[in-house]
Amino acid sequence: MTDVQTLDVSRHFGRRRALSRVSLTFKAGEIAGVFGPNGAGKSTLLGVLSTLLRPSSGEVRYGGRAASAWSDDLRGQIGMLGHDLFLYGDLTARENLVFFGRLYGLARDGKLDARVDRALDAARLTERAGDRVSEFSRGLRQRLALERALLHEPALVLLDEPFTGLDDESASLLAARLRTLRGAGRIVVMATHDFESADGLVDRALAIRAGKSRELPVAAGGPLRQRYQAALRGDWA
Amino acid sequence: MRLADRAMPVLLVVAAVMFAAAPFLIDAAPEESTMGLVQKIFYFHVPAAMMTFAGAFACGLASAAFLWRRRPEADHLALAGAELVVLFGVIVLVTGPLWARKAWGVWWQWDARLTITLVMWMVFVSYMLLRRFGGPGSEVLAAAVGVFGMVLVPFVYLSVHLWRTIHPTTNVIRSLPPEMRWPFLWCTVAFLFLFAALLIARARLETARAALERAYLALED
Amino acid sequence: MSLLRVAWLIARKDLLVEARSRELASTTLFFAVASVLVFAFALVRDGAVPADAPAGILWVAIAFSGTLALGRAFERERQSETLRALLLSPVERPAVYVGKLLALLLLMAGVEAVLVPIVALLFGAPIGRAPWLLFALLATGTLGFAAVGTLFAAMLVRARSRDVLLPVVLYPIAVPVIIAGVRGTSAVFAAEPDFASAQTWLTMLVLFDAVFVTLAFWTFEPVMSD
Repeated sequence: MTDVQTLDVSRHFGRRRALSRVSLTFKAGEIAGVFGPNGAGKSTLLGVLSTLLRPSSGEVRYGGRAASAWSDDLRGQIGMLGHDLFLYGDLTARENLVFFGRLYGLARDGKLDARVDRALDAARLTERAGDRVSEFSRGLRQRLALERALLHEPALVLLDEPFTGLDDESASLLAARLRTLRGAGRIVVMATHDFESADGLVDRALAIRAGKSRELPVAAGGPLRQRYQAALRGDWA
Repeated sequence: MRLADRAMPVLLVVAAVMFAAAPFLIDAAPEESTMGLVQKIFYFHVPAAMMTFAGAFACGLASAAFLWRRRPEADHLALAGAELVVLFGVIVLVTGPLWARKAWGVWWQWDARLTITLVMWMVFVSYMLLRRFGGPGSEVLAAAVGVFGMVLVPFVYLSVHLWRTIHPTTNVIRSLPPEMRWPFLWCTVAFLFLFAALLIARARLETARAALERAYLALED
Repeated sequence: MSLLRVAWLIARKDLLVEARSRELASTTLFFAVASVLVFAFALVRDGAVPADAPAGILWVAIAFSGTLALGRAFERERQSETLRALLLSPVERPAVYVGKLLALLLLMAGVEAVLVPIVALLFGAPIGRAPWLLFALLATGTLGFAAVGTLFAAMLVRARSRDVLLPVVLYPIAVPVIIAGVRGTSAVFAAEPDFASAQTWLTMLVLFDAVFVTLAFWTFEPVMSD
């Protein structure tokens, strides 16, 4: 998958307009940051990109093909770190990864356990692999959830507030991880409030407000937060 | 939908005329030997029951179209059908006990036909409750209920019939003497025209409301 | 992966979660027994219930406790949005439906295995008289109820007022199952058992299951697509 495109995508929930005629292209080997106030439409955008939400109008194209032209396999190429983490609290860290690994067909070549071990190592949760997820702090859960999303090496990586609850060390590890993904040619789209972590990490920045999006100039100097606040001022057509 | 739009007032007028004439025809029909005057309620009761099932099928088919094709007009038609099931169902469930009370002394005896109508009525009331209280996106959920409701009809018939049979059986219509058959057919056709007119009108109303919603959304763009 | 393998994978996961918390099994079973008691107190007179009551009490307890179990099972998926995670995975959506259905059936089988002897004990119902027929009635009836219930519970996960809406939409549609289940069981328990009649009701349940499991299976994907 070389790119993901939204073409004039709108999405409303009853009378609430969550996305309004958004046309964007996300390319492989790029980290895109999506910034905006709460309720602006960031999660909705990620939801639409993940295929979990259907656009009310407009179309999403993966590698040039519409979602309907793909089979169920399309979802095997998408990995998402949701706002609600997608983990079973009553199961252990290892059990969660094994379950989702099986679901994504990773047990077929007999290498699932090795993959799970690597993922636990990357999340630095190896000592706690046998503990129930409900006993983890938010930060630990976040690290595990990220590994769950990346276990099947998806081409499209969607992250909703990935820096929430992470301490400095974990945050820089996450940033390094994302750079590795970019180097491997994945498409990375990240919605976040954390300007400090995102600055210098993202290749592209988008501001979203009331369902509309606007590209933030990257080259123009100044910290990311400043450029974002400048963009928020003034009218958005 | 243009044809339906133009047909609707015609259907309504014809139905109105037929309903105006109906009392005279019903009056002229002979009285039934055992139940007397009270039996004449059946000229409205039975066609109303038929219309509840017409509504159930309209809702079910439209719901299926909406669920698999997501055409908004299908959703509007499904809603109209469900409301008519509720409306005509009320007519059946009110006239039925009135008839039963006078003819057999009790308001409700769980006879097959009335119980079947009650169950179907409840399915479509639950449809309306789901749409009303389920929040955004509940049209799709209600469509599933609509489809299930329609498919349920033969099963409700079968199970309730096996369970109780005191109600006059279907043969009532065939065994009707001609003097009773004509007013009965007249009322059935009148109800059918009324049903069709209401279905079209309600579906169009819903389409208009949806267009208004879209205008609201477009305004915020 | 084939549909059944995926379904079993999901069902096994549900059973594992349940084994850890043991929440559903214990609460559902207790609630079923409590319902039986409430009905017993409502109906017992001079130390006995009316002739057809045990069958009715049994099926009402199954319906009520089944609804509770459905609600709780999907509420658990709602926390951390794991149902979305299942839908996000590349497995075919109907497999998720079958998996959840299988898990619920196993739970209800466990509950009924305890409930039926208790009903027999309290009301002297002759469960040993035609055990296979009774088992068939319970199995097909529970399947019919669970098939529709699983679909509705799943689709209501993201709706408002979902706790009250589940019984509201489920019970009217489950009426034929309840009628057939109660009448069939009653025919088996009766002082003069009517096995032919029970078999007729069983046939109706089998028909209901065939139609509604298929319908729910095909409806799952479109209704879960947001």
